[in-house]
Amino acid sequence: MSTGFSFEAEPAQDLIDYIVGIESGSWLDTLRRGRNVLRDNAQQSAALLLNPEQDGSFSRTERLAVASFVAGLHGEQDIYHLYLGLLERSGEGGALSAAIRQFVRDGRTRGPYGAYPKGALSTEDLNGLVFDVSAEKIGKRLSVALKHAHLLVYHPRDASAGALEALQKAGWSETAIVTLSQLVSFLTFQVRIIHGLTVLRHAGPAVGQGLPESTP
Amino acid sequence: MSIIQQNASSQDHREPALFTTALLDWHPWLPPLEESELTEVHYEGLVDRARAKSPYFMLLARDPQVLGARTRSDKDIFYNTAGGLPRRERELAATAVSRFNGCIYCASVHARFSERQGGSAEALAVLLATGSLPVDATETWLLVAEVARQISETPMGFSYVHVRVLRQAGFNDAEIFDLINASSFFNWANRLMLSLGYPTLPVEKQD
Repeated sequence: MSTGFSFEAEPAQDLIDYIVGIESGSWLDTLRRGRNVLRDNAQQSAALLLNPEQDGSFSRTERLAVASFVAGLHGEQDIYHLYLGLLERSGEGGALSAAIRQFVRDGRTRGPYGAYPKGALSTEDLNGLVFDVSAEKIGKRLSVALKHAHLLVYHPRDASAGALEALQKAGWSETAIVTLSQLVSFLTFQVRIIHGLTVLRHAGPAVGQGLPESTP
Repeated sequence: MSIIQQNASSQDHREPALFTTALLDWHPWLPPLEESELTEVHYEGLVDRARAKSPYFMLLARDPQVLGARTRSDKDIFYNTAGGLPRRERELAATAVSRFNGCIYCASVHARFSERQGGSAEALAVLLATGSLPVDATETWLLVAEVARQISETPMGFSYVHVRVLRQAGFNDAEIFDLINASSFFNWANRLMLSLGYPTLPVEKQD
């Protein structure tokens, strides 16, 4: 996809509308505006996490690298390529893109899996890929963040204090760990909203259903 | 770093090993902000000032603007009752997603919320214990829990087949959209709660 999206476009573009292809005044636009606070804050979350005014110790390029990886792991092609495009145009991001594409190919699997605290739930424990991200091309700091992102995407119930400690050892501050956790977790929400709305767009509006007046 | 290790070593026998509707505690692995550190930007992010008592929100307050956008999204999805899905079904979706992803803390909170909104305590108890609703649950509930689960798979299993079945069962599009929103949001919430700290059972009173 040619990236015609920018967080700084005038007039402002809504990322989810852009990706799903929701036209102003369409039935899906009406549906989304029935939850207008959500619509605004989903956009604001994306802008704050991916295009922050002050990026603290977590650079915009690193954020876009994580976002590309997470979207790619979910197999949502349009948002994956949009984030890759933004990454490639951000400072040093061009050099990262090929590595991210390779990590997505190697890291994709099916989730959720993982282990519970030992006890009756242990019968539900499921083994799955524990993905090690090579630091060779992207550096230790980003590779540990991508490994953490893979954990959160596919097997969040395996999360532990040790995983946060690994981030700290690789140079992530406590506040940057909170932002990284928000970024990955938010993206698992965003790709699902995009997926759900795309399914609805293909299904078309319910026949004979007026919105939102028909809501009982 | 010392704080992480301290918390990690105190993660002990009181961590629940079952899904439950008990009132659990949650402990962060990283130090939350202190109340004395809060500025107006932080209070704006917390949205409700009372949340300054919650270690979870005080940890997320390290990035206050992101927390604020998260919390306003949460409230519109679960508390905006202008049309759409009844609140007990939105909370059921949150419970079903949390059970599927394995967030014992989140599942306990939202099973209680669903019950408080008129949801079936028996059906919720079976969902927590087994991961599925009982076969005699209502069609509406079975569909909500199944779709919540399909949305939570990676890659997502939700498809037009589910839209068709939901519509045939009488769901309108505003209700289907609320179900997508509630289910998607809990994928966000579960991952924060699972990765930034751990739950414990309430301390039993000795006397």
